[in-house]
Amino acid sequence: MPVMNMIQAINDAHKVMMRRDPDIVVYGEDVGFFGGVFRATEGLQKEFGKQRCFDAPISEGGIVGTAVGMAAYGLKPVIEIQFADYIYPGYDQIVSEVAKMRYRTAGEWSMPMVIRSPYGGGIFGGQTHSQSPESLFTHIAGLKVVVPSTPYDAKGLLIAAIEDPDPVIFFEPKRIYNGPFDGHHDRPVTPWARHKASEVPEGHYTVPLGKAEIVREGEEVTILAYGTMVHVALAAVEDNKIDAEVIDLRTLVPLDIETIEKSVQKTGRCLIAQEAPRTSGFASELATLVQERCFYNLEAPVGRVTGWDTPYPHAYEWTYFPGPKRMKTALQKVMAD
Amino acid sequence: MADKQPSRRNAPALALHVPEPPFRPGDTPDFSSIKVPPAGSAPRPDTAVAARETHPLATDLVRVLDEDAKAVGPWDPKLDADTLRKILKDMVTVRVFDDRMYRAQRQGKTSFYMKCTGEEAIATSAAAALDFEDIHFPTYRQQGILVSRGYPLVKMMCQIYSNPGDHMKGRQLPIMYSDKKHGFFTISGNLGTQYPQAVGWAMASAIKGDSRIAMGWVGDGATAEGDFHSAMTFAAVYNAPVILATVNNQWAISSFSGIAGGERATFAQRGIGYGIATLRVDGNDALAVYAAVRWAAERARSNKGPTMIEFFTYRAEGHSTSDDPTGYRAAGEAQSWPLGDPIERLKAHLIGIGEWDEERHSEITKNADAEVRAAQKEAEKLGILPEQGKSDIGSVFEDVYADMPWHIAEQRDQALEEQR
Repeated sequence: MPVMNMIQAINDAHKVMMRRDPDIVVYGEDVGFFGGVFRATEGLQKEFGKQRCFDAPISEGGIVGTAVGMAAYGLKPVIEIQFADYIYPGYDQIVSEVAKMRYRTAGEWSMPMVIRSPYGGGIFGGQTHSQSPESLFTHIAGLKVVVPSTPYDAKGLLIAAIEDPDPVIFFEPKRIYNGPFDGHHDRPVTPWARHKASEVPEGHYTVPLGKAEIVREGEEVTILAYGTMVHVALAAVEDNKIDAEVIDLRTLVPLDIETIEKSVQKTGRCLIAQEAPRTSGFASELATLVQERCFYNLEAPVGRVTGWDTPYPHAYEWTYFPGPKRMKTALQKVMAD
Repeated sequence: MADKQPSRRNAPALALHVPEPPFRPGDTPDFSSIKVPPAGSAPRPDTAVAARETHPLATDLVRVLDEDAKAVGPWDPKLDADTLRKILKDMVTVRVFDDRMYRAQRQGKTSFYMKCTGEEAIATSAAAALDFEDIHFPTYRQQGILVSRGYPLVKMMCQIYSNPGDHMKGRQLPIMYSDKKHGFFTISGNLGTQYPQAVGWAMASAIKGDSRIAMGWVGDGATAEGDFHSAMTFAAVYNAPVILATVNNQWAISSFSGIAGGERATFAQRGIGYGIATLRVDGNDALAVYAAVRWAAERARSNKGPTMIEFFTYRAEGHSTSDDPTGYRAAGEAQSWPLGDPIERLKAHLIGIGEWDEERHSEITKNADAEVRAAQKEAEKLGILPEQGKSDIGSVFEDVYADMPWHIAEQRDQALEEQR
């Protein structure tokens, strides 16, 4: 089976789907001739032509706005917002138009499209290339929000997202494009090739939206994570020798609540890890759901490991990032009671 | 903290300019300063010319009907009498419809209404100039497109009443129509969003090698939105087969066009900076509107790219049923407007060429009134707004997604429980 990093897997998902569906168009800033600043769309213009893969002006509102028109026509736009931090000029189109189209017209018009965007920190991107704005989208009815954490999932989830009848926000954790990052920034980078999930089948397959994956079975505590934090959580569990069950949510909306409930009912403890700032983050929603549904199973308060409620500071990136130390403290706390 | 810096005390004081309309309540409007070139004087370039050759037209005014309601000059679309009568009838229907629905709102039958009085020529003539298969991305003041395309008045009213005849299940504010079959894209209350969407639709048509084109609409006020700029940029960059119309009716609720940037340049002139073909058109002249849209459509269809058209007109009534224009603008502005009334002008033209008379005109007005009343009666059989919102609580939770996810199903059950 081919071994791929996350970028190659995402690139392959595009190719597989563009070969199958002539209505798919791919565009965004630098995605055409150059193949994207992270190379996710490399080779698409060459294989599929400029009519189906092209560069867009630096205008996220225009990129999303024109995608609405294309979807209304009957095309399937798969657009790239170069960094999640740049998505805000397109936010009105996403929130007021893309998300609400099916509802406001009672299904007369729908918006099948995928909005891909690299997100998260850990690459010294400073405030404007490091943010995790997922909760701004999980809050909006009508959107699906997906975050892969491995090459295998990235390809399967992206294909599922492209085939989905509803708009999908597809956030790619850019820190793990080239290898799983466990939060130990002082250690050498591990390439994906050493990870099992770098084995990516050729051709078409899907990882269904709305299904979490238990990436480590355990008895003592449930850790809910997505994106980069899945790998940080797994490392923390090994470092601290705790028999935790680690769940990779993969899709935030719609959420796989059953897998979460079953696990917390078994372990009686729950820790939630997100890179985004704490206040009103998706972890807050998860914590509420867990206490609403598993309150009488809980042995301790639900814990949160998050970024700080500050912008992402360039030189102090590792002060901000919820790494091994923050994980350890939180694990000790949730295990103490 | 916001005081002047002491070390710069001797430098001249800056002053902020806040545009002010020429007239406010109590003033006597006088529009003699508006330059109205004689009908027929604007040149009509070939539809295949380079965009820059159209740019002088951004400060000119394409007009066909002269002071005697004669069609003159190179822009005369030379329409047959049946087409002219159809446009006239559509305009009359729109005006009658507006009056009835305005009254219905005042009677408490619905929450909201917006008229397009004085602007009827723009939507009805533009719709007549395009093919039925072309699509419009309208604002809320282009009800004339639906009327022109033969959309049932009853369906419009059912939407206004949010009753079971509304195919959008009562989810949209009155007048936010949508109809795919009639090429009328769903109207948004977030202004300007439809402009880049129209460009995207046109790009898709070009990607697919289709022959249909799109027409996007915006008001003078919403040209200040970023979406206006992104639409113009994408239209220019990809040479999209799109017509981008700006209806400059002078007022955005209570803000005059100067607040949108209309003091220093015409709205059509904005197209120049993008290298887009530009036309500035007398919006109260149904023939000029038709000719301009036809010109832009021909250009788009032959891969010559986008055209930006400013329709210069006047919003004769309030923004909506929610504002009272006597509070912010001078009385009598509509009557003093130098471009007249679009219905009266086309009517006079038809009479002038011997294809119309007062009798027939009062007959179509009466017929339109009867048609609108009959439609209203039928729509009201299905209910008015105050009676709605009770029969199908579960529908609130449908269509958020293609398939209802568990969390919305839970909330639906909770809502249904609340009703017990």
